[in-house]
Amino acid sequence: MARSVTPRRKLLNTTIAWAIGLLIFFPILWTILTSFKSEAQAIASPPIFLGFDWTLENYRVVMERSDYARFLWNSIIIAGLSTVLGCIIAIPAAWSMAFVPSRRTKDILLWMLSTKMLPAVGVLYPIYLIFIELGLLDSRAGLVVVLMLINLPIIVWMLYTYFKEIPGEILEAARMDGATLRQELIYVLTPMAIPGIASTLLLNFILAWNEAFWTLNLTAVNAAPLTAFIASYSSPEGLFFAKLSAASTMAIAPILILGWFSQKQLVRGLTFGAVK
Amino acid sequence: MATKASRSAARLMMAPAVILLLGWMLVPLIMTLWFSFRVYLPLRGGDQGWAGFDNYTRFVSSSAFWPSIQTTLVIVLGVLAITVIFGTLIALLLDQPIWGQGIVRILVIAPFFVMPTVSALVWKNMFMDPINGLFSHISRFFGAEPVNWLSGRGIDWTINLYFTSFDLEVTMGVFSIIMIVSWQWLPFAALILLTAVQSLDSEQLEAAEMDGAPVHKRFWYIILPHLGRAITIVILIQTIFLLSIFAEIFVTTGGAFDTRTLSYLIFQRVLESQNIGLGSAGGVYAIILANIIAIFLMRIVGKNLD
Repeated sequence: MARSVTPRRKLLNTTIAWAIGLLIFFPILWTILTSFKSEAQAIASPPIFLGFDWTLENYRVVMERSDYARFLWNSIIIAGLSTVLGCIIAIPAAWSMAFVPSRRTKDILLWMLSTKMLPAVGVLYPIYLIFIELGLLDSRAGLVVVLMLINLPIIVWMLYTYFKEIPGEILEAARMDGATLRQELIYVLTPMAIPGIASTLLLNFILAWNEAFWTLNLTAVNAAPLTAFIASYSSPEGLFFAKLSAASTMAIAPILILGWFSQKQLVRGLTFGAVK
Repeated sequence: MATKASRSAARLMMAPAVILLLGWMLVPLIMTLWFSFRVYLPLRGGDQGWAGFDNYTRFVSSSAFWPSIQTTLVIVLGVLAITVIFGTLIALLLDQPIWGQGIVRILVIAPFFVMPTVSALVWKNMFMDPINGLFSHISRFFGAEPVNWLSGRGIDWTINLYFTSFDLEVTMGVFSIIMIVSWQWLPFAALILLTAVQSLDSEQLEAAEMDGAPVHKRFWYIILPHLGRAITIVILIQTIFLLSIFAEIFVTTGGAFDTRTLSYLIFQRVLESQNIGLGSAGGVYAIILANIIAIFLMRIVGKNLD
């Protein structure tokens, strides 16, 4: 509902909006800035905003000390595989619900959503026990499965709302022209579905990356991703602000960049298509 | 256009997702239910037989239970109030024509992408630390005593309802966690409400403006009713996530200073005191609570499907 306003009004709005935006962003900015300070300057009083001696020392120390690469690799593997696996399972399901709906489709969709509402802490011990039995505790495979399952409802939902927007007439036209089911899938539907699938992958990768209940409770050393890497800084290393900042920046930077590309999909994905 | 063959193909295509989710839901749920009726202490003798409803009554009669319910409610309601009110204001502001709107949007949305352990630790140490935190520097700059953010005493309120009155003590720990979590969820509320505001028909607003309706009336009678549904959705979805916040408590206070929520209490019963029966009974309570909220959300989402 953009309307035309006077330049003065626009200037005022712009100033307030930027002030609020910067205020909200400030903790992240401050973390990034602090990561380039020396430990002494990081806790200097009064705080130094920009006029400090920029250094990469903290990054070097964090990398050296904590095997950052392993945590990063775990995060990538766990978030990536769980998302891709989820999509492989969800695409056929969402596909059939969108194009061959039955009377029960709506109930199945809502039921899937309801599994997402199950409080994790309520089923923590059973999962823990199953993991011990199957030898999955502190393994990447186990976490991939769990994160895939907790995000599966969102993946199905997002894909469903995207597929739903593909007009059925196009499929009928293809069929009229004698396309087989295989050709229909490969040449007609897939190209139209790719943007939807891409945004689903993106958003769920982010959600899996940031998941911090199962990743903290089901890992120890081998499979621990970046969430656990940061949690290990809680004390006393957390008091070394510059190193904490460097570690934090490394943990959030990749996802912050991906996240900025996915803000539009975020609304749809997290409201299950109820707000578009 | 669905033939019998395509119907059964459709069922086949749905099967893996449905079966996996069914297993994911039922297996742990049944195990939790089973454990909740057992005396089960893995480190002190293992499974020692039936407990009847003992775990259920013990869980609610423990001295930690009601404080945890109070903390949960205060945190959830506090975060909801902050995120919905400021989210609406931000959405209305970003809907105005401004320079660099795309960049401001990016700045506002950023906290949502920060992993919970990072935001909790950064807030705890770099902002709320009573000695070196940025807030303490600011307090000292104004000549004030730095606030003891996470471990401070807090505020007592006496709440007067027409039939009763009670004391509500909100510790600084709870207050700090509300702040951290609100920062994380404000982008979510703002973004969804912005999407909703943008779908508002501008002609209606312009007509009201020409008829001389003042700003607050336009907001109250046109914008707010239009946002109603989006606000409801924001509240329901956030409630479900907020009921189970974990990392924010785990790395800041570890449940100390009255910041133990219901889910954190269950977590402690299960993993720290290794009382599985008791923790599972708590888990069943949490599941019931979440389901009550989920039913309302389902109704709204379900309506949208038709």
